[in-house]
Amino acid sequence: MTAHTNDNAASFPHRHLLGIEGLQPSEILTLLDLADQAVEVSRQVEKKKAVLRGRTQINLFFEASTRTQSSFELAGKRLGADVMNMSVASSSVKKGETLIDTAATLNAMHPDLLVVRHHAAGAVKLLADKVGCSVVNAGDGAHEHPTQALLDALTMRRHKGQIAGLTVAICGDIRHSRVARSNFLLLNALGARVRVVAPRTLLPASVDRLGVDVYTDMRTGLKDVDIVMMLRLQRERMSGAFVPSVREYFRYWGLDAEKLSYAKDDALVMHPGPMNRGVEIDPEIADGPRSLIREQVEMGVAVRMAVLEALAAHLPNN
Amino acid sequence: MNGDANGGNGTPAPVVFSNARIVDPARDLDTKGTVIIADGVIQAAGPDVDGKDAPAGAVITDCGGKVVAPGLIDMRVFVGEPGHEHRETLRSASKAAAVGGVTTIITMPDTEPVIDEPALVDYVLRRARDTAIVRVHPAAALTKGLEGTAMTEIGMLKEAGAVAFTDGRHCIANARVMQRLMTYANEFGALVMHHPQDANLSDGGVMNMGETASRLGLMGVPLEAEIIMLERDLRLAAMTGAAYHAAQISCGESAEIVRAAKAKGHNVTAGVSINHLTLNENDIGPYRTFFKMSPPLRLEDDRRAMVEAVRDGIIDVIVSSHDPQDVETKRHPFAEAADGAIGLETLLPAALRLVHSEDVPLMTVLRAMTSRPAQLLGLDTGTLKPGAPADVIVFDPDTPWVLAKEDIVSRSKNSPFEDARFQGRVLRTLVAGRTVHPYSG
Repeated sequence: MTAHTNDNAASFPHRHLLGIEGLQPSEILTLLDLADQAVEVSRQVEKKKAVLRGRTQINLFFEASTRTQSSFELAGKRLGADVMNMSVASSSVKKGETLIDTAATLNAMHPDLLVVRHHAAGAVKLLADKVGCSVVNAGDGAHEHPTQALLDALTMRRHKGQIAGLTVAICGDIRHSRVARSNFLLLNALGARVRVVAPRTLLPASVDRLGVDVYTDMRTGLKDVDIVMMLRLQRERMSGAFVPSVREYFRYWGLDAEKLSYAKDDALVMHPGPMNRGVEIDPEIADGPRSLIREQVEMGVAVRMAVLEALAAHLPNN
Repeated sequence: MNGDANGGNGTPAPVVFSNARIVDPARDLDTKGTVIIADGVIQAAGPDVDGKDAPAGAVITDCGGKVVAPGLIDMRVFVGEPGHEHRETLRSASKAAAVGGVTTIITMPDTEPVIDEPALVDYVLRRARDTAIVRVHPAAALTKGLEGTAMTEIGMLKEAGAVAFTDGRHCIANARVMQRLMTYANEFGALVMHHPQDANLSDGGVMNMGETASRLGLMGVPLEAEIIMLERDLRLAAMTGAAYHAAQISCGESAEIVRAAKAKGHNVTAGVSINHLTLNENDIGPYRTFFKMSPPLRLEDDRRAMVEAVRDGIIDVIVSSHDPQDVETKRHPFAEAADGAIGLETLLPAALRLVHSEDVPLMTVLRAMTSRPAQLLGLDTGTLKPGAPADVIVFDPDTPWVLAKEDIVSRSKNSPFEDARFQGRVLRTLVAGRTVHPYSG
């Protein structure tokens, strides 16, 4: 046990990271500070740390995700863990009982860290209750995706100095977005003002009770904001069920230079990826100078290193 | 001619209607007076207007006490163009409208192809501009292909010029589809017009369910097909905040439901067809298919309830529900014939029956065909206020006449009023100050 992990044990007293909900602002800042250090590590030629040497990390993805899974894989490896990826085709997995069976099976292999993504809200918590190791939520249904919110916050903080006082507009498919929900919690905890901008069909019921200001028009919603965060709209949701078509969605809710001009002059653009250019965002903006989208990917690895490192202090036998 | 165009060659000469009975529901005005029209616009209309103030060259007509009113706005008109031009074109419909004193028609999207694309709204507007003699505003489809599943591009369709959204004859069965599209329509302040008739309950039904249908051996459409769907719609309207218009209701219970929803302050309105105000199921008699329509003609009690609902303002709008059908679709056994009746030419004369029977004041009847639809659709017509487009009709409310089949202007002749006696007739119709129907009978 090193002095380093001892500090973390005190400033991040959690065995799992299941969501932003339940984290104190100071704990979030601890993770962001750790992530800042991880950015430096990742930019060195020698990217390895030994915090997780000898530990086993299993990435258990019931829902395919190249970017999040590889980000967690890299993060684990840079901290010295042995990382194994398990992709479970969700179609072949029966819900409920099988999830618990899977947990029991995995538990018997004595992993130290389990990184889990599941299509059902609450599934990661259910699994965490059944295993003896630390669990990181890599996204559960439309509930939470805490490491995404953390990497978003890290990106913002590195550009704007602090989160407190920022106005952040989260735009698009809020209804189905775990990224949005985790961001509401984190940004509110750190003192930012959060807006959502979307047609009502893409907003969850009573969204105004979730600590956000609600707009349905992009121009008024983006007025004087510091950060514009665009969300992905899945193809199957833009053919008439929630919005009528791609072209109509882009016309009224897609981010282009004209709509972005309502934001502050130094406003920055984010997107959790993967992007649909020409659907929710104009390529000119996505690939333009105000876009932080690439940088978010880099911050993703750093934040996941920070989370794994913070949890390392609570691993069994530590 | 579409909403903005003034069409034709040159500017029509200024017109003065003196010695007129001016009825302008938008201003609650029913008075003797004078109307001055110039440059396609109402210059003045009221008791203290002096015809001498008209611009030089004005043609002065002494109306001899006849009624001068805003041109009628008909919110439910089926046209065969594009796709079924043999039944009705925009031009033939507009001619029938002009004869009936209807200066604005709202066309239904039930055409081939269905009007569910901005380019098709544009097409209708262009065809109307080039061929029609009254104003034409298209209503666009609520769901793609009128299939009741995927919502249309309501924002872009509205920008293209659609004034309302409806699946026309079709009822959207899926409540979630309806809820989502009402939610979405509300983003654009779009009016959702719906034909509330449950397709399962009405399946196979060809007339009002009840004794007459049973005697005739015809399958019936129960009132509940309308009531249940209307209740669902009104609850969804309350939930979503959308502007909802029941295109046609046909029974007393429906009027009660609308009354209750309005009392709660919900943004809902209702229409009724002239047929359901003036006819009942007994008119079907020996299987006359021109009286086959959807919703079906109901009992006399229901007709009376509809009249009272118009009188009380529970029903906002009277429509012709003009639906041209030809022999191919109507010359069939009753159960196999198409629904629908034409009505543009007879809308006002038939509506005047309610006035002559002293059931509804003239002002109220006219309001339901002028200022009220204009309000719902956001149009600047439907009034004689100075500055309004000069869509004006002159009619004699008392002239008796009989509708002869050979006098029907519409390309299709499926009128339930063939050989009917009327009292009251349109003498002249002006659109944007231009005379489009000079009565010559």
